[in-house]
Amino acid sequence: MNKLWWLFVPVMVTLFTLLAFGLTSDPKKIPSPLINKPFPVINGYDLAGNNVSLGGKAKPRVINFWASWCASCRAEHRVLLRSAKRFAGKVELIGINYKEKQQIDGRNWLRRLGNPYVWSFDDQSGRMGLELGVVAVPETFFVNSEGIIVHKIAGPLSDETIANGIEMIIK
Amino acid sequence: MLLPVHVELTMKKIILIIGLFCALFSNAALANVIAENEQEREMLRIANKLRCAVCQNQPVSESRSGLANDMKVIIREQLAAGKSEKEIIDYFVDRYGDYVLLKPRKTGTGFPLWVLPPLLLVIAAVFAWMVMRRRKELEPPTQSKLSDEDRERIRRAREEEKNDEDDKQ
Repeated sequence: MNKLWWLFVPVMVTLFTLLAFGLTSDPKKIPSPLINKPFPVINGYDLAGNNVSLGGKAKPRVINFWASWCASCRAEHRVLLRSAKRFAGKVELIGINYKEKQQIDGRNWLRRLGNPYVWSFDDQSGRMGLELGVVAVPETFFVNSEGIIVHKIAGPLSDETIANGIEMIIK
Repeated sequence: MLLPVHVELTMKKIILIIGLFCALFSNAALANVIAENEQEREMLRIANKLRCAVCQNQPVSESRSGLANDMKVIIREQLAAGKSEKEIIDYFVDRYGDYVLLKPRKTGTGFPLWVLPPLLLVIAAVFAWMVMRRRKELEPPTQSKLSDEDRERIRRAREEEKNDEDDKQ
């Protein structure tokens, strides 16, 4: 009888390990399958109506999804303004203005709070967001000069997390 | 059978109870979003297999969130472009990961999710069978004979009981 109980020990240990892992990890933090993949090549317009394109070889880029209706974006806006100055010349900070009700909302927001971006891609339809597996704004992609997505941060940035991400793409 | 109110359980009543019990759960099966249009039906069938990433555990087909609506637009477009179901689902998996699938894949990291539960059930069944077989082999405990002393105590107890009853009357 006592020998039999030992059969259950590995089963229980496995179960508890899986449970401990499953219950303590955050279901909202899903690893992106896009890491180490090339940033998709997409053509479109910026908020001023100019033709722009993303993807392919370029300067290392920090590509930040934002929207005027998104509270966390407002929270990280100061971080972006600071980082744009701090890393000027090393990386290009590019915005993707995600799902605005009216185009003017995004432009007004930048005018009021300051514009950290070289330019902002106009993604009123949210198509660009789907193309990059965006669940909720803000999300930030760190793309190296080869056009490869090296790192992604979901949720608002801090001075440290953005600096870490930039480290990874300017090496 | 003991019921608070005495009800005779005839076969008809039992069938009725089971029927009502089943009906209780069938509404979940009928709650799927439906559409008249053939292509729209096909879109919903695919959307039903995809998880709405902003709402926990809800398929895209049942969600009205902005993201789910955008995903439906993409599915419609790709269907119109003649893409197969697999191509459409792969499009989302490439961007959102396996997480977007409501049913995990049967290969790779999803494999244990499909295999472990039945395996555990088999292990538990084998274990139970072994325990029960052992129990059957055990000798039942031998009954000890009553001693004269025990008999005397029983006789006395019975007599006392009888006397108590006589007193009451």
